[in-house]
Amino acid sequence: MIPSPETKAKCEVLFTVNGKTKKVLTHPMERLLDVLRNELGLTGTKEGCGEGECGSCSVLMDGMLVNSCLIPVAQASGANIVTIEGISAHALLLPLQEAFLECGGAQCGICTPGMILAAVHLLDKKPEPTLAEIREGLAGNLCRCTGYMQIFEAVATAARRRVGK
Amino acid sequence: MTLAKLQEHHIVGAPVPRKEGRDKVTGAARYVDDMVLPGMLYGATVRSTIARGKIRKITYGPGIPWEEFVTVTAKDIPGKNCIALILDDQPCLAEETVNHPEEPTLLLAHADRHKLRKAVEAISIEYEPLPAVHTMAESEQQSTIIWGSDNIFKSYLIEKGDVEAVWKEAAYIVEGEYSTGAQEQLYIENNGVIASFDREKGVTVWGSLQCPYYVHKALMALCGLPEEKVRVVQMETGGAFGGKEEFPSMIAAHATLLAIKSGRPVKIVYDRMEDMAATTKRHPSRTRHRTAVGKDGKILGGEIEFTIDGGAYSTLSSVVLSRGTIHAGGPYYWPSVRIRAKAVATNSPPHGAFRGFGAPQSLFAMERHMDRIAQVVGTSPIEVRGRNFLKPGQTTTTQQTIREEIGLDHLLSRALKLSDYHAKKARFARENKYGVLKKGIGIAAFLHGAGFTGSGERYLNSLVGVQAGADGSVRVLVSSAEFGQGTNTVLCQIAAEALGLPYENVVIAQPDTTVVPNSGPTVASRTAMIVGKLVQSAAISIRQTLTKTGLLGDEYTPEQFRVACREYIAAHGPLKAYARYEAPADIYWDDEHYRGEAYAAFAWAVYVAEVTVDLATYSVTVDDFVALQEVGKVLHPVLAAGQITGGVAQAIGFALYEKVVWQNGRMVNNQMTNYIMPTSADLPPIRVFFEEIGNVHGAHGAKGIGELPMDGPAPAILNAVEDAIGVRFNSIPLLPEDLFEALSAQSLDSKASFSTREIR
Amino acid sequence: MRADPADYCLASPGSLLGVLSLLAAEPAQWLPIAGGTDVMVLYAAGKLPNRKLVNIWNIPELRQIEVFPDRIRVGAACTYTALRMHPIVSQEFPLLATAASWTGGIANQNRGTLGGNVANASPAADSLPALLVYDAELALISARGERQLPYRSFHIAYKQTALAPDELIRDISLPRRFSGYVSHARKVGARNAQAIAKVCLAALGRLANGTVQDVRLALGSVAPIPLRLVATERELLGEKIAPSLLETTRRSVTGEIHPIDDIRSTARYRAAVSGNLVVEFLEKLASEGENA
Repeated sequence: MIPSPETKAKCEVLFTVNGKTKKVLTHPMERLLDVLRNELGLTGTKEGCGEGECGSCSVLMDGMLVNSCLIPVAQASGANIVTIEGISAHALLLPLQEAFLECGGAQCGICTPGMILAAVHLLDKKPEPTLAEIREGLAGNLCRCTGYMQIFEAVATAARRRVGK
Repeated sequence: MTLAKLQEHHIVGAPVPRKEGRDKVTGAARYVDDMVLPGMLYGATVRSTIARGKIRKITYGPGIPWEEFVTVTAKDIPGKNCIALILDDQPCLAEETVNHPEEPTLLLAHADRHKLRKAVEAISIEYEPLPAVHTMAESEQQSTIIWGSDNIFKSYLIEKGDVEAVWKEAAYIVEGEYSTGAQEQLYIENNGVIASFDREKGVTVWGSLQCPYYVHKALMALCGLPEEKVRVVQMETGGAFGGKEEFPSMIAAHATLLAIKSGRPVKIVYDRMEDMAATTKRHPSRTRHRTAVGKDGKILGGEIEFTIDGGAYSTLSSVVLSRGTIHAGGPYYWPSVRIRAKAVATNSPPHGAFRGFGAPQSLFAMERHMDRIAQVVGTSPIEVRGRNFLKPGQTTTTQQTIREEIGLDHLLSRALKLSDYHAKKARFARENKYGVLKKGIGIAAFLHGAGFTGSGERYLNSLVGVQAGADGSVRVLVSSAEFGQGTNTVLCQIAAEALGLPYENVVIAQPDTTVVPNSGPTVASRTAMIVGKLVQSAAISIRQTLTKTGLLGDEYTPEQFRVACREYIAAHGPLKAYARYEAPADIYWDDEHYRGEAYAAFAWAVYVAEVTVDLATYSVTVDDFVALQEVGKVLHPVLAAGQITGGVAQAIGFALYEKVVWQNGRMVNNQMTNYIMPTSADLPPIRVFFEEIGNVHGAHGAKGIGELPMDGPAPAILNAVEDAIGVRFNSIPLLPEDLFEALSAQSLDSKASFSTREIR
Repeated sequence: MRADPADYCLASPGSLLGVLSLLAAEPAQWLPIAGGTDVMVLYAAGKLPNRKLVNIWNIPELRQIEVFPDRIRVGAACTYTALRMHPIVSQEFPLLATAASWTGGIANQNRGTLGGNVANASPAADSLPALLVYDAELALISARGERQLPYRSFHIAYKQTALAPDELIRDISLPRRFSGYVSHARKVGARNAQAIAKVCLAALGRLANGTVQDVRLALGSVAPIPLRLVATERELLGEKIAPSLLETTRRSVTGEIHPIDDIRSTARYRAAVSGNLVVEFLEKLASEGENA
């Protein structure tokens, strides 16, 4: 199906967000970030730079960490999206979130949702990351408050607890 | 049930959970851009495109349905067209002239935020350009006057002893010039506010900000409204670092004007490019030292000339200058000194508050200069510092007598041990003979005054409240804002400790000027120490009220406290206590001669940086960092360490990465991809250590620590670079390009061996 | 966000044929978008000239890495993450795997594509020097048919390429004949991650009897296009690596590149570092080349 090039009309996008099917009527070039925040009310995903540099808008799309500011929503059609709200849906915090609290990984909190999703993604791919792997895994998520040290500690702590060490 | 007495000092000093931490790790925390009001419009700012000129004509271009837009110009301002702060010289909207690029000139609002950009771009402003000034040197020449009669916002003179007499006694006279660049705060949450207006209730502003009462004051003047008709609410704030000290008054003023004109709530949230180009940065600086030194390396006296670039309007430059001036002598004893300081005008957006507030600039100079003195005298950086450290009984440059224990010698020797300084220095000297990677190690010793300078705290006259509810819960009422540093947590710890209650029973009110008293701005490393002490007093008053009325004994359980509160409130009404700042009797400050007790307390520190200079790429990497400081009392070990690591990281950026590229007064690298802050892959292990000697003025002996870590890293790193390659750099940021230019100039001069490589 | 989404359309034909017929119907009107790591940055800044975009992220044949005995074929929409994870790429084409690891952070590596890097044609792109030294070949496809183009002929001038207005890059082939080479990759950026290169080098070489038998050098960010240093390579062939050769090489590199001053660095710095990186490679070649 090829839409007429002249129509800049809205389109329907169907996708799964935090386990629930969502249908939105939107311009196809709306950024996934804006749709999550403004249409779906998922404001835990933050905008820091709007150019894929800071990682505050990180979400998981089909299990992959992505910057939602760089994704036209039409490309998310049929995808499975997980935001910070999706991993916080239970009464109990994830061990990773607990570790962020305990180790001081969150200060002002604005990078925190993206940072936690980057860490979730990292631990998913590498359950026992080295410090160098943690540094690399989080390098797309800028934090101006912590100097990262306590974030590294939080991720390492969570990893240790997950593998039961 | 634990008795109150037994809990003493179990909460203060313990790593209790951050009050708003759960909301932050789950994404539930509400920042201003997360809030939407019914009928809300979005606002945008039309800004000047030139550095200086007269506005001739404003044209609304074709192709835009202008009737859909709300438009505000300076003529729509109900009160005074200024952002009230100190001198009130900065207009809210430029009217006849513009004095810097990106100066706000006109405001637009529309219901669809996507429609704004094209409209902003369709407005063209014609100017009659005026000559502009872009450097401190040009400003000082005064051939073009752009502010006042002499381009000088403020100057200070500190004089101690007879400086003229020391030059002839000196074994060495050591001179140096040092400079620092502008630095962007780069909080990850851009500036943003929502304003609404109602004829009855007046103006309400929700925003990302540090100082609710600064905004409150500015809006009263702008709108000509009485204090009860202006309400300012701080939302969760995604980083500030000074960048949300004075600037929020500007963006709040803009949203307010649009809200008044449209009758609808208006949100303005900058995007990153606008935030970087248009808002404040750290003041660029230049410091000149001329120091008389004895044969033994002791400082006999000297002259320091400290100049900062304030940008186009005065804003906070006078106070930034003040702090920089007072810190210019470092943690050393100067028998005599003359410090001349001035803040000058240039046609760039005003520079403003940024963590450290002038001190990182003048201390960079002092600590590079100490290494220079060591070289000239022929001693080591360690020796020269040890010989000049301030000791109890001696006086600072403002003639403040040091009454407390400092233990700088102890800090120094402990820092050297923690960093394995001597062994590394020897090893690097050996190993640097080969290869392209050269290693070096450097130190910096410094101090940072907590609280407002001189009589500042007296003028602030801060007021703090604590309220207990019938359910035994306690609420801390302060205008001090949380923006990551841990205000909420630390103040609740102090109140809980004072009341002998579990930490969980104490909460903090959202800063809202209709709810909380003015406990002063959240700046100047003053919150834990000064506001904390007031919270402690107010909490103790609550306890005393309950014991005096016989409702509570000396020892009690939280349940007994709850019952006492319920009974008290049933009988007497609300249970609230306030505490107001009282200046300590022995604090004397002479504003005219800049003399006396500049700060109630100083935190002291010695930092050690280890670096590698790669002569293939001319880049500097910090490999290890030791941050040792005496901070009175650590109220929360995790938060305190987080303040230090975060500050050191920003200071590493200040030293080696973060360069604002200016063109005709405008920042042209105003994107995160071109303004380089360190990522997780760029920083060394930052190892944090504390000493706690205590301080009578702060809650539980605490001193301020928020700004301290910004002061020391840059000079320590440049000292290490010099140790590695023997080349002196006195200007930051020090980028690989600078290193390359210096090394190639040097190899032309002396055919130095830096470019030789060995083939294995 | 400085663009109005209502001004743009994004078509998702979902098949290669569908994409090509759109491109054929209105050549130069449609901008292909894969991972969006370049396109969306321009778009959000309000600087994207194209109003019509066509989605190629969801075209399966563009997302495959195929291994043949003599070459590997990388679909244009393969991500940096896919390249890094691929065993043959990391074993036989380490320069490409390393370049993939340099690009952005993990989130951008999950979306950024090799074909996008080629088509975007930035002289500072991390992966392009590697493609130059590996003698990559491009398969360009359009409704008119398909053609093969040596990658070295693809870039014409700054941000100008040999891609016809109706063409799409289908895949990038790399011959599997470099496993015996000493390879060296180095990116010099303003920081260790999330940086745009000031200079980046991809180099391959082989020694025989102490002399340079083959050498391939390419630099990014030092000219309007990614640059293969053909003259320097020629001078090195058959030479023995000795200190005097290093100095000549440094001069030769400097003569062959055309760096500029820009917001990120200076021409002088780029020239000096280019020379240093090539020398660094030759030193490595001298010490490892005989054993390789």
